[in-house]
Amino acid sequence: MRSRLARFTERKEHALDTLRIQDLHYRSWGPVDLDIAPAECVCLSGPSGSGKTLLLRAIADLDPHEGSIVLGDLECRETAAPNWRRRVGLLPAESQWWDERVGDHFPSVDEDRLTHLGFDLDVLGWSVSRLSTGEKQRLALARLLSNDPSALLLDEPTASLDPDNVSRAEAMIASYRREAGAPVLWVSHDPAQITRVADRAYRMHNGALTRQE
Amino acid sequence: MGVITLSAIDLVLATALVFLLAGASAAMRLGVGRRLVISAIRMTAQLLLIGLVLRTLFAHARLGWILAMAVIMLLVAGREVMARQQRRFRGWWGFGVGATSMFISSFSITVLALLAIVSPDPWYQPQYAIPLLGMLLGNTMNGISLSLDRLTQSAWEQRAVLEQRLMLGATSEEAVCRIRRQSMRAALTPTINAMAAAGIVSLPGMMTGQILAGSPPFEAVKYQIMIILLIAGGAGFGSMGALFLASRRLFDARHRLRLDRLTAPRD
Repeated sequence: MRSRLARFTERKEHALDTLRIQDLHYRSWGPVDLDIAPAECVCLSGPSGSGKTLLLRAIADLDPHEGSIVLGDLECRETAAPNWRRRVGLLPAESQWWDERVGDHFPSVDEDRLTHLGFDLDVLGWSVSRLSTGEKQRLALARLLSNDPSALLLDEPTASLDPDNVSRAEAMIASYRREAGAPVLWVSHDPAQITRVADRAYRMHNGALTRQE
Repeated sequence: MGVITLSAIDLVLATALVFLLAGASAAMRLGVGRRLVISAIRMTAQLLLIGLVLRTLFAHARLGWILAMAVIMLLVAGREVMARQQRRFRGWWGFGVGATSMFISSFSITVLALLAIVSPDPWYQPQYAIPLLGMLLGNTMNGISLSLDRLTQSAWEQRAVLEQRLMLGATSEEAVCRIRRQSMRAALTPTINAMAAAGIVSLPGMMTGQILAGSPPFEAVKYQIMIILLIAGGAGFGSMGALFLASRRLFDARHRLRLDRLTAPRD
């Protein structure tokens, strides 16, 4: 477990990284060009099958793609893939858990973060099989943030949460993005949520982005 | 002590048993009769053929001929490993992963056993070399096909978990570690079970054969012990090699899970 100070300085080093996507082609789609400034939140909506999830997967380098993706001075192609994915953290719509207990999945534990998401430390001893869909979604967010990513790719991070927990998760993401200076790309189907959290919003259709005002 | 030779009538009696079983299966609509008869006929033809081949081979013990025989056995075993996969690798890899690891493990262990343990003269004397290689290939083939089938099947079923681990920054090696361990265990389970039951529940086939052929039981037992240990080594190292190659092939250099490298399953 790393100390908070170590994490803080590490974050400082990486601070103010812009996520720059240029001429990105994935599957049969593209080109996508998108710049997300440090601490900026860009929302993405669109019908299912329009390529939102695949775009996030391409940015996290989980699928083959062409074009350039740069975070700060880090070029995706030139960075070891596991490092890239720790820096550009992808939260999938449905989280997966492979070990017996919740705590086994966390590289380090930030108690404040769990509290802010409505858990206490006991949760780390819970068996994964008793987690509800909503609990899994909130814990997956905490697990992702414990990697200290420099940019966030969120695929409907609050889809199965009740209104209270939606606000908790939104507040957590907002404070993380400000503290870490992390660019955020957020897929959401909820127009009210987009209004609340987005600095910019795009609609996706057949892999192409249209700016929404 | 000589061997009691079997006459054609003796074999017909044994054959009648299989036809009786096929008839019973048809009467009870179990639907396995046809396949049973076809397999029995195929097995008889294959064994008669190998009997002829071995007779010729024993008469002319030349290294070249024995190697040719060994290569044919290997190719057939490689094809068999490929045929037993629900989801196998596309292209050359489907055959290559199994055949390569089988080749390295079975051939080197057979040569080791011939040179260092049994030491016949010449070392490639077919009476020893061919049965040894056959037993090793057969068991290595089972181990490898079990391990590969388990690995590719688990990777397919658990692709979401594998990718989740990659998303969190795991290397492909870390992500695949668990299913590879399970696959290795699946590969070695038959061998470990056979060792546990050997001599108590079952009398192993080779030992039984030697005893029927008139060998002193203790000599037969020593041979059997050697064979079982060699088989454990062959199946173990063969599966390990196959799992090493296959688990690398499941991912690319960017640590992406590449299930597109597998074929769709056949039912």
